[in-house]
Amino acid sequence: MSDEQRSGSSPDDQHDQPADEAGSSVPSARGQAAEVIGVRKGMFGTDSGGGDTSGYGGLIRTVSLPGAASRPYGGRDGVFDEIADELEGALEEQGLLPADAIEKTVVDRGEITFHIAREHLVQVARTLRDDPALRFELCTGVSGVHFLGDKGRELHAVYHLRSLTHGRLIRLEVSAPDSDPHVPSLVEVYPTNDWHERETYDFFGLIFDGHPALTRIMMPDDWQGFPQRKDYPLGGIAVEYKGAQIPSPDQRRSYS
Amino acid sequence: MTTPHATPRATTEGTVYTVTGGDWDEVVETAAKSDDERIIVNMGPQHPSTHGVLRLILEIEGETVTEARCGIGYLHTGIEKNLEFRNWTQGTTFVTRMDYLTSFFNETAYCRAVETLLGIEDDIPDRANIIRVLLMELNRLSSHLVCIATGGMELGATTIMIYGFRDRELILDAYELITGLRMNHAYIRPGGLAQDLPPGAVDHLRELLKTLRKNLPEYDKLATGNPIFKARMQDVGYLDLAGCMALGATGPILRSAGLPHDLRKTDPYCGYETYDFDIPTAETCDAYGRFLIRLEEMRQSLRIVEQCLDRLEPGPVMVGDKKIAWPAQLALGPDGLGNSLDHIKNIMGTSMEALIHHFKLVTEGFRVPPGQAYAAVESPKGELGVHVVSDGGTRPYRVHFRDPSFTNLQSMAAMCEGGQVADVIVAVASIDPVMGGVDR
Amino acid sequence: MGLEEKLPSGFLLTTVEQAAGWVRKSSVFPATFGLACCAIEMMTTGAGRYDLARFGMEVFRGSPRQADLMIVAGRVSQKMAPVLRQVYDQMPNPKWVISMGVCASSGGMFNNYAIVQGVDHVVPVDIYLPGCPPRPEMLMDAILKLHEKIQTSKLGVNAEEAAREAEEAALKALPTIEMKGLLR
Repeated sequence: MSDEQRSGSSPDDQHDQPADEAGSSVPSARGQAAEVIGVRKGMFGTDSGGGDTSGYGGLIRTVSLPGAASRPYGGRDGVFDEIADELEGALEEQGLLPADAIEKTVVDRGEITFHIAREHLVQVARTLRDDPALRFELCTGVSGVHFLGDKGRELHAVYHLRSLTHGRLIRLEVSAPDSDPHVPSLVEVYPTNDWHERETYDFFGLIFDGHPALTRIMMPDDWQGFPQRKDYPLGGIAVEYKGAQIPSPDQRRSYS
Repeated sequence: MTTPHATPRATTEGTVYTVTGGDWDEVVETAAKSDDERIIVNMGPQHPSTHGVLRLILEIEGETVTEARCGIGYLHTGIEKNLEFRNWTQGTTFVTRMDYLTSFFNETAYCRAVETLLGIEDDIPDRANIIRVLLMELNRLSSHLVCIATGGMELGATTIMIYGFRDRELILDAYELITGLRMNHAYIRPGGLAQDLPPGAVDHLRELLKTLRKNLPEYDKLATGNPIFKARMQDVGYLDLAGCMALGATGPILRSAGLPHDLRKTDPYCGYETYDFDIPTAETCDAYGRFLIRLEEMRQSLRIVEQCLDRLEPGPVMVGDKKIAWPAQLALGPDGLGNSLDHIKNIMGTSMEALIHHFKLVTEGFRVPPGQAYAAVESPKGELGVHVVSDGGTRPYRVHFRDPSFTNLQSMAAMCEGGQVADVIVAVASIDPVMGGVDR
Repeated sequence: MGLEEKLPSGFLLTTVEQAAGWVRKSSVFPATFGLACCAIEMMTTGAGRYDLARFGMEVFRGSPRQADLMIVAGRVSQKMAPVLRQVYDQMPNPKWVISMGVCASSGGMFNNYAIVQGVDHVVPVDIYLPGCPPRPEMLMDAILKLHEKIQTSKLGVNAEEAAREAEEAALKALPTIEMKGLLR
C-alpha cells in the first residue's frame, strides 16, 4: 500500500465540503499533512489583545499535531511495519480496503497511531484482537480528547491496545464531529471498555453506539453538560483572602 | 403498608421498597408478605467494608447474590481537568493524589509520559532512575500492606490491620526522610527528581530493610495457614484467565490466574530489565491466591530495594537540559523544601539572565512539543497507563489516567454473582480498589 | 476557701454542665467517614503507633446511629454531598464534625466542578483541620481541641443562649474580603 494510493484515492475523501463547516454530521476528510488544531497569538498565548505588553502581541503561531508517516514506519526491529502489514493484509482478506479503514498512520516518539474511520472501528479492533499475528488481547480503555480547533473532527477517542503475546503496544484513534458525536462501541470486542466508554461519554459526550448501558458513571445522573470538554469551564470559584480575591485557575491570565 | 422508612412503589417487576433506615422489623414483615425473597441491598457509598466510597448494589435472594453492580464516582475529583490549568511540573502535585496509596507510581507514569513527549526519556540520569525504582518498590510494599491490612480488617481480623499499619509506618518514615512528606509526595518530576536523597537515607533504608525482613514472615505465620482465613478466602472471588483478559484485569488478579504478565518484565522501564527479581503467580484464580501473590511480591520488592541501594552512585538526579530542569538546586531549608540560598544569591546579585530564566521557568514552565504519548508502569494494582496530549504549550492539553483499580473493579460482578453476601467483601478486598484511583 | 475544703475526701463538686461535658468528651464514638487520602491517615491514627484508644475513641462505628462524631476525611464530591448530609442527619444528637484536611475544609487544590468547596456548605463544622493530608498528630490535636470544646459546651437554656450569641457574633463579623493586614 503506497502513500499515493492512500492519499485521497478513496471516494469517501472526495466530499467537497469545507473542513470547518459547522453542523455537518460527517467527519471531515483527514488530510495526510500535519493537523492544525489551534492558533496561538501573542507572546504568552493569551486570547485577548490586552495584557500582553511584550511587543509580541502580533505573533501568530499555528499548533499542529504530528502528520502522517511514510514507509518504513520503523519501530524496534521494524515492528511497526510488521504490524501495519499484518493489519492491512488481514483487512484485505476480509474484503475491506485498508485505505478505507485506516485514514492515516502516524509514527511519533516511538509510538504508532492508526487513525481509523469510525464506521470500521469495530472490524479493525476485532481483527487486531483475533488475528494470530497481531493478537492485541488487552485494551487499556479509551481516552477522550476534545480538540476545539480541529474543525469537523473535534472529538477524538484514543484506544491503546497491548499485545501480551507479542509484547507490543499500538494506538487507535477515531474522531467524530461535535455535531454528531457518535463512535461505535468496542464493548463487544473488548468487554473491559464498558466502564471506560461510560466514563468518556460522561466527560466528553461521545456517544458509543452499541454500548449495553451508556449512562453517566462519575458525575451525578442529573448533571448538565460534559465537564472535561474544552468548552466546559473548570468551574472553580474565586478564593477570598484578607482583602484580596484570587480568581480560579481558568480565569487567570494564562501563559500557555 | 407504608412507613416513613420503607415506601412501596409499584414497578413492572413487582413492588419495590425503598429503605432508608429505620425499623428493619417493618421492612422484613413487608417483604415476607410478598412471595419472592428478592431484596436489593445498597452497600455504601459510606460503609466500613467497601474499601472507601464504593457503592455496591446487590440483588440478593436469601444469602445468595444474584446480581451485583458497582456505583462509583463518589470521589470524582476532576484531577484530569485541573491538570489542564497547571504547568507540566505542577502536574505531579495533582497526579500523586489520584491513587493516594501508590503516589510514586502515578508520578513516575506521568513523568515518563511527559519525558516521552519531550524526547528526553533516555537522558534521565541513572541515579534518578534508581531512586525512582527504589521508591516505587517501597511504595509497592506499603500499598500491599494496606491492602492486606484493610482486607484483614474487613474480614474481622483486626490483628492483621494493626500489623500492616505498623510496618507501613516504618516505610512512611523513610518517605518522610526522603521526600519530606508521608503521603502525596510530588517528588518525582519530569526530567528526574525534585532533589537528591538526604544524608543518611541509605543507612536508614538498610536498617528499614532489616526490620521489614524480620516483620514480613509474621504475616505468613498469622494468616497463610490460618484455617479461618483460608476458609474465607479460598475459592472466593473466582476469576479465570479468560475472564481476566476479557475484563482487562491486570496486576495480582491476572497473575492469580496463572499468567506471569508484569510490565516490569514484559515492557521494562526505568531500568527494570537490569534488576533480578521474580514474578509470582498462582493457579487458584481466587482471593487466597491474590493474597499469597501480594505477600511474595513484597519479598521481591525487598530484593529490588536492596539491589537499588547497592547500585546508588553519586551523580545528578535531574536532566542536564537547563530549559527543563528546575533552575535552582533545591535544598532543604528551615522551611522544608526550598531553593538553595547560593543560587538565589547568584541570580539576584550577579546574573540578570539567570533571574529571568528562573522566573520564566517557574511561572510559565517549559513548553512541550505537540503530540501524544502513552506511558505505563506496573503499579501494585496492575497496569497504570497515562495518556498525555500536548498542544505545544506550557500546560497539558489532556491527561488521562488508565487506573488499574478502575478497570479491575469491573470484574467485581463476575467475581461475586452466585456467591454469598459475605464473600462480596472478600472479593472486593482482593481486587484492592482505591477509590481515589477509580474516580480520580 | 470553698466548700470543697470542708467536705470529707473523695468528693468532687462540679456543675451538671461540666459533668455532662466530661462524660461526653471521654467517650466520643467517631463514625467512619473516610473519603480519600485523609482516610488512610485516619486509619493510621487508629492503628498501633498513634493509638487513638488513648483518648477513648478507638472504636469507629460503621453505623451513624451509634456515632456522635463525624470525621470528614477527604475531598467531598458533588455526588457525595447528599450522602454525607444523610449520614449526618442519621447521627443522634449531640454530634460534632471535624473537617479533616484542606479538601474537606475549603476544597483545597481541587477548585473545580467536581468538589464541594468546603464541607461546611453541607454540614456545620466544629473543627477545621488543615494539612494535605494532616499528620496523625494533627488529627489527635484536632480531637483534643474538640474534647475541650465538648467539655465547655452548654446545656439546656444556656445552650440556646450560647447559640444565639454565636449567631449574633457571626452576623456582626467582618467579611474576609474587608479584612486588612497580613495573611495570617
